[in-house]
Amino acid sequence: MESKFYEKDKLLVFKITEEIDDHSVQKIRRKADYEIERFMPRKVVFDFDSVTFMDSAGIGLLIGRYKFANLLGAKLEVANLTQSVNKIFEMSGILKLIPVTTLA
Amino acid sequence: MKEQFENEMNLEFLSKSANEAFARIAVAAFVSQLDPTIEELADIKTAVSEAVTNCIIHGYENEIGIVKLHTKLSKDEVTIEITDNGKGIENIEIAKEPLYTTKPNLERSGMGFTIMESFMDTINIESIVDVGTKVTMSKKIRVPQMTTMP
Ligand SMILES: Nc1ncnc2c1ncn2[C@@H]1O[C@H](COP(=O)(O)OP(=O)(O)O)[C@@H](O)[C@H]1O
Ligand SMILES: [Mg+2]
Repeated sequence: MESKFYEKDKLLVFKITEEIDDHSVQKIRRKADYEIERFMPRKVVFDFDSVTFMDSAGIGLLIGRYKFANLLGAKLEVANLTQSVNKIFEMSGILKLIPVTTLA
Repeated sequence: MKEQFENEMNLEFLSKSANEAFARIAVAAFVSQLDPTIEELADIKTAVSEAVTNCIIHGYENEIGIVKLHTKLSKDEVTIEITDNGKGIENIEIAKEPLYTTKPNLERSGMGFTIMESFMDTINIESIVDVGTKVTMSKKIRVPQMTTMP
């Protein structure tokens, strides 16, 4: 996962580049929480453009980051959902909570 | 008489989370013989990932055990059995409910069985407490679609 912080907009973007499962989320979660705490962004966006596989571990990952970001006063959004990622998020209903955005 | 299949494959591996990717990729490579669509293959990989993850984190609760994966192919259908000898499921009906999880602290969503049910055509769960769990799933491949010729 790559991350980039845009100081002016206080925007923190995580671009996930690995397959998302119970094994890989452990590392993603640790890095995301560390950087959210470090940068104290106003908005956090997870970019799924490069995600070639995701199972239900991705739902837990997002709900967990949503709660953590909220706790620190940041909004959480998602971008570039692939068809298969979207299918799994739709099933879980979390897109009612977490808006889909577009990245410049 | 034993049921006839065109091809079969057995895998056994330790219940380590690094094997989740291995298991779904191995099954996908094997199922490729049936020439599935990309979406069918993605659905099968996701369902296998869910079932194998469950063996590892719920069945064995991160102690080391063996996960068994038996994949059978007929002409137009794949059947996959995923077995662990772990702690078992007390109430299968409750476990299958969307959002039900016994491990919310691990950021589990409780959507595993719901995904397996919707991505595969059939799913059957057998489980005995302290003996283990077997999940059997099947999916028709290349189900003829209504197509219009150009
Ligand atoms: N192989 C298994 N061994 C023991 N318990 C299991 C197994 N698979 C599933 N379960 C139980 O069923 C529940 C629901 O599973 P699932 O729908 O995959 O959600 P999750 O994995 O997110 O908890 C689990 O929380 C667990 O209690
Ligand atoms: Mg699960």
